Amino acid sequence: MNDENGEGLSPIVKIISGMIFPFIMIFSLYVIMHGHLTPGGGFQGGAIGASAIVMLIVAFGARHTEKRAGEEKLSLFESIGGTLFVLVAILGFIMAATFMSNFLVGSAIFGEIPPFGSNPGILNTGGILPILNFAVGMKVIGGLSAVVLAMALVSKEDD
Amino acid sequence: MRKIAVVVFIIFFAFMFLAAYDMHDFGAPPSKMDDYIIQNTQNETGANNGVTAVVFDYRGYDTLGEATVLFTAIAGVMVVLRRRGENE
Repeated sequence: MNDENGEGLSPIVKIISGMIFPFIMIFSLYVIMHGHLTPGGGFQGGAIGASAIVMLIVAFGARHTEKRAGEEKLSLFESIGGTLFVLVAILGFIMAATFMSNFLVGSAIFGEIPPFGSNPGILNTGGILPILNFAVGMKVIGGLSAVVLAMALVSKEDD
Repeated sequence: MRKIAVVVFIIFFAFMFLAAYDMHDFGAPPSKMDDYIIQNTQNETGANNGVTAVVFDYRGYDTLGEATVLFTAIAGVMVVLRRRGENE
């Protein structure tokens, strides 16, 4: 069960963290995609997802995690999120009057308008807010985990 | 130099006391903006969560700046912690 270079923690920790990793990622996606309905949003959900990847780095070791998701891949993931954010903002310039205007309200995609006051929460609302939340979530997941992975790899190289 | 410091100190504290004297009553709304946001967020943005509506819609530029700060920090870390041996 141990790696070739004996990295990571004991097999118990590896198995348990591998089991709960998908659930943490699902919770992170839930917080991101319900950002316009419930407390939370892109930054918070992204921090949850990044902490899941950091848990993998701690449990399995930085080298093993790097083979599955290297920091170049994570950094690319982050850049895709940032580009999506800016593209949606510029699309507001084209489709409506101003930069980052909420042009999707009233359309078919995320365009429903909820009744005033408290309501059960309709997922298909919010205009561009869910898309921007998703972009920021991608940014935070990729960025934070890439930073932690890079730091872990550098500290491994020194010895 | 010391006199200048004393004068600046006195002016600063006079300003602070004036600001504290002129503050709103406890619990009173500081402006009409929060009422506007509470009344119109769901119609204008379609989002139930007013905080997300403010952060991503009314102040989208601010969030864009935050994302840029995050991007810059991560790019800096990646440049500093680049692996040795790749360029040698």
